[in-house]
Amino acid sequence: MAGPRYVADPPGAIASVDLEGLTALFHARSGTTHILAPPAPQILQALAAGPADADEIAARLAAGFDLAAEEDPAAAISARLAELEAAGLVWRESPSSPTSGAKATACGQPSG
Amino acid sequence: MKHRFELRVGPVGFRIGSAWRGPVEALRRLYAGYPQPEGVCDFTVRLEPERPWRRALRPSVALRGDYMLPGAAPLALAHGLLAAEMGMNLQMALGQRRFLLLHAAAVEREGKAVLLTGHSGAGKSTLAALLGERGWRFMGDEFALLDPESGLLHPFPRAVSLKNESLALFGGVDPARLGPVMDGTPKGTIRHLRPPAGAVARMLEPAQPVRILFPRFDPDAARDAREVGAAEVFVRLTQASTNYVALGRRGFVALTRLVSSVPARAIDYATSEEGVRLVEEHWRG
Repeated sequence: MAGPRYVADPPGAIASVDLEGLTALFHARSGTTHILAPPAPQILQALAAGPADADEIAARLAAGFDLAAEEDPAAAISARLAELEAAGLVWRESPSSPTSGAKATACGQPSG
Repeated sequence: MKHRFELRVGPVGFRIGSAWRGPVEALRRLYAGYPQPEGVCDFTVRLEPERPWRRALRPSVALRGDYMLPGAAPLALAHGLLAAEMGMNLQMALGQRRFLLLHAAAVEREGKAVLLTGHSGAGKSTLAALLGERGWRFMGDEFALLDPESGLLHPFPRAVSLKNESLALFGGVDPARLGPVMDGTPKGTIRHLRPPAGAVARMLEPAQPVRILFPRFDPDAARDAREVGAAEVFVRLTQASTNYVALGRRGFVALTRLVSSVPARAIDYATSEEGVRLVEEHWRG
C-alpha cells in the first residue's frame, strides 16, 4: 500500500503542547488551533523528516513506537492522514516538486 | 460629545461620551474614587440618540465607539448605566490586544488569583462579588486579563452588575456603593455595585493564577466538585476568550501555559453560601 505522499509544515511553523494525552497545536500559517489525539501528532512529527506515504510513516513510527503487528498500521495511518489533510495540516506532495511540497507549486511560486 | 466622563479600570482607560447628562452623572456617582486614565484613553464609548431627533422624544441610547457591532439594539435612556457598561465591555471584547481576555471573574488572596469562569448565569459575578465582601480581593466579574508575557492575571474591577435574585444578597453594603435599580432591562432587574475601596486602590496589582474554577449555580443541583482535564479546560477557555484568535501564537502560548500549570475544578452549588464555601475549600488544591 503505497498511496499518496504527504507533506507537513516544518516544525517551526507549528507550536504544540501536550495536555494530558491530547495535543494542542497552533498552526501558524492558518492561525487555527487544533486538538489532536494520538497518533495524529506522531504522524506530523514523522513527516517533519520529509514527505512520506503511509508505509514510510509507519516505518518511521516503528522506530520509536511498538506498532501492533496483527493490525495494519499503514491503513490506520492513511485514515489519520485523510483527517489531517481535511484539517489543512498536511497536503499531498506534487509530482513535479517531490521535495519542496505541493503548496509552493500550487500557489505558482517560482521554484528557482 | 456634550457630556464626558473618563476613568481607568485596571490597566485600561475609557472615555465615555453621552448626548445626555443622566448616564454620565450616574457613572460619576457609581465610579466615585476610580482613577483617571494616564495619557490617551484606550477606548471610547459613545452613548448617542438612536436618531438625532430622538434625544428628547422617547429617548433611546445607541452604543457607538471605536469598535462597533452592527445591529446592536438601542436601550431605554433609563438604562443608560447598562448601556455604558455594555459599551465598555464591547470595546474590550473587540479591541483588546495587550492581554488575553478571558470571560471570567477573578478574586485574589495572599497574592494568588482564582479564576471563575462559565456561561452567563453560572453565578461567577455573584460569587466573586460575595467573596470580595469576605476578605478576598475582588479583581473583576466580567473579564480577567491574562498577560501573555508574564502569565499574571491583571484586575479589571469594573462595577459588578447584580441581577435579579442576587440583588438581595448585598442588602448590607453601603448604599453609596449601589447604582440605581434598573427594572425591565434585557437581562431583568439590574443594579450595579461599586467594588470595595481596596479592590479599586489595588487595580494595577496583578496576581499569579493558582486555580481555575467552573462554578455552576443550580437550585436543584447536588453540591459537587470534580477535576477538569487540561484539554477540556483549554477548549472551554478558548471559547471564553473574545480575542484568543486575534492574538495568534501569543494567545496559544499564554493559554496553554495557563492550563498546563493551573489545576481546574468544576463546582456545582445550590445556594450562594454553598458556592462561597466550595471556593474556600477548593482554591488551594
